[in-house]
Amino acid sequence: MSEHDPIIQVRGITKRYPGGVMAVDDVTLEIGRGEFFALLGPSGCGKTTLLRMIAGFEIPTDGDILIDGVSMLGVQPNKRPINMVFQSYAVFPHMSVLDNVAYGLKMDGIGQAERNKSAEEALDMVKLGGYGKRLPSQLSGGQRQRVALARALVKRPKVLLLDEPLSALDAKLREAMQIELVRLQQQVGITFVIVTHDQEEALSMANRIAVMEKGMVRQVAPPAELYEFPNCRFVADFIGKMNLFEGKVVGIAGEDVVLDVKGIGRVDVPAIPGIEGEIGVAVRPEKLRLDRDQPSTGRIAFRGQVSDVAYHGDSSWIFIQDEQGHSVMTAIQNEERSTAPKVAVGDQVWCSWSPGDTLLLRE
Amino acid sequence: MKLRNAIAPLEYSRRWSLRSIFLASLVFLYAPIFVLIAFSFSESRRLINIKGFTFDWYVKAFNNSDLQLAFANSLSIAFISTAVSVILGAMTALLLWRFRFPLKPVYEGAVALPIVIPEICLGVALLAFFARVGWPSDLPWPLNLSQITVSHIAFSFPFVAMVVRARLSNFNRELEEAAKDLGAGEWGAIRDVIIPHMKPGLVAGGLLAFTLSLDDFVITFFTSGPDTVTFPLKVYSMVRFSVTPEVNAASTILIVITVVLTAVAMWLQSKSGDKPVAGH
Repeated sequence: MSEHDPIIQVRGITKRYPGGVMAVDDVTLEIGRGEFFALLGPSGCGKTTLLRMIAGFEIPTDGDILIDGVSMLGVQPNKRPINMVFQSYAVFPHMSVLDNVAYGLKMDGIGQAERNKSAEEALDMVKLGGYGKRLPSQLSGGQRQRVALARALVKRPKVLLLDEPLSALDAKLREAMQIELVRLQQQVGITFVIVTHDQEEALSMANRIAVMEKGMVRQVAPPAELYEFPNCRFVADFIGKMNLFEGKVVGIAGEDVVLDVKGIGRVDVPAIPGIEGEIGVAVRPEKLRLDRDQPSTGRIAFRGQVSDVAYHGDSSWIFIQDEQGHSVMTAIQNEERSTAPKVAVGDQVWCSWSPGDTLLLRE
Repeated sequence: MKLRNAIAPLEYSRRWSLRSIFLASLVFLYAPIFVLIAFSFSESRRLINIKGFTFDWYVKAFNNSDLQLAFANSLSIAFISTAVSVILGAMTALLLWRFRFPLKPVYEGAVALPIVIPEICLGVALLAFFARVGWPSDLPWPLNLSQITVSHIAFSFPFVAMVVRARLSNFNRELEEAAKDLGAGEWGAIRDVIIPHMKPGLVAGGLLAFTLSLDDFVITFFTSGPDTVTFPLKVYSMVRFSVTPEVNAASTILIVITVVLTAVAMWLQSKSGDKPVAGH
C-alpha cells in the first residue's frame, strides 16, 4: 500500500547548516497513507531534522516535500495538514487540559461549544476522560503525553508526527504506550511518523522503518525484512544484536559461493547476486546453536572458549572467544528452574549455524 | 552516647555560628525599621526616647495637605512609569531573547548600563537634557509630573527588561512551535504562549519598577520643580525643617503599602500556578 498511495513524498531533501554540517543529505522516501512509519537512527543521524522539515520548523536547503500531493515549499507550519507530538510534549502549562486540547480547534475558528465537545471526545480516546479541568502540573508525565496526543489528533491531521514520544517515560510505561499508540493509530487511521533511536520501539510499532545514518537513509523496509535481511553493516549492527566476521569470496560452487571467513575457514553459503571480494559475514545470535561436541557437517562452526556469561533471568548471554580473538555471542534460554549455570566461563564450546542463516554484507 | 549527639554535616540549624549569622542579618536589616515604626507611635515630639502610645502622628500626617499632594504625586508617577516600563521592558526583553542581529551584545550592554550608572550622574544628565530640549515645566497637574515620570521610566525599564529576559531564558521553544503547529500565527503564539510564560516576570518587573519609582530620591531631586514634590522629597524637607514622629508615621504608611503590594503580587503569582522567578 505504501508506494502506490503516498501521503508524504520526500524528494531529494537536503539540510545543510551554516558551517557546512550536513544534517540531512539528499533523502528521498515515500510514506504511504495509513502507515505507521518510523525514522530510526542513532542521535545526530538527522532523523529529527527530517521530521522538523516535514512539520515546517526547518527549511530544507534543497529538495521538496509533498503532503498529499501538495508541495510544502514556503508553507508555514500552521498551514500544513499535519500535527506533531513534541519530545517535551509542549503541553501549555497555563491552560487547562481541555483548553490545551481545544486550542487547535480554536485557532481554526470553531465555536466554543463544538470545540469543547470534540476535545472531550479526544480526551476519552486517550483515556483521559474527566481530566479536562485539571492543569498540566497536576498530571504525570504519561498523562501529559496523552494530552499532547489528544491535542494533535483532535485536529484530524493527515499525518501525525511524533518526535521521540516515549523517551521520557519509564520502561514499564513505555511498553504500555507502545501498544497504546498502535491501537490509537489503527483506531483513527491517520498516518503516524515516529522518530526514535530505540530499535525495539521501531520494530514493535512500525509497519515500515527507515534507518538513517549520517543524514542518509540506509534502508527502508518492514521490521522483519530489516531484521532478517539488512542491506549493510550499519543496519545489521544497529538493529538487534549481530555476530560479524570479515570474509572474502574465493569461488563459486553451483548455487553456493565459497567464502574464506576469518576465525572459521572455508565455508559454502547460498550466493546472492553480485557478491565478490571482501565482504561482511554475519549471523544473528538466536540462529546459533551451542554444543560441547563438534556439530554435524553441513553447519558452519566456530570453536572457542566461554569468556563471559551475563545472566538476564529468562535467558543468559554467552560470549565466546577463540585464540585469535574472534568473538561470538549467543543466548541460551533458562528453561529449567535451576541456579546452576549450564555454561560456565572457561568452557570449550562449539557454536554452529545453518549456512542459509548467513548474511552477506557488501557494504 | 556523646557521639549520637554530634552535629551532622547538614544540620545547619544546630550550629551556633549559623544561628548567629541568621540573627545578625535580621537585626542588620530590620532594626532601623523597627525603631522607625516604634517612634511613630510615641507621644514625645522628639526622637530621643519613646513615651506612651498614640495615633496622633498618623492623624497629623493624614491631615497634612502638603504630604497628601506629595503622596498623590508619587503614586501617579509610580503608576504611569510602571505601566510604561513594563511594556517597554517586555518588548526589549523579547527583542533580546528572540532575535539575532549585528551588534546585539553592544545593544544588550547599552540597555543594562543605566543600572550601573551612578544615579547622581543620571540625575544631572536628565536635568541638562530637559533644559536643553526646553521641556515645559509650567504645565497643569498631572502633566507637570512628566519630567519626573519620563526620568523614572528611563531608569526602571532596564530592570524590567532584565527580569523578563531572565524569565524568557527558560522558555521551552517547543511550546511556541506547538502553538504554531496547532494553527497559531506569529502573533497568536506570542499572545497565547509567550506572554503567559512572561507573566511572572512582568509582575516581578512591574513591582520592581513601582518600588524604584516610589522611593527614588536622587534623580527625582534633579528633575522636580517647586510644584512637583514627591513623597521622598517631602519627607526629606520635613526632616530638614524639624524631625517629628509625623515623618515616621508617613514612612510607616509607605512601608505598609509596599509590603501589601508585594504580598498581593506574590499571591497573584502563586495563583497563576507558575513559580515566581527570583527577581533581581
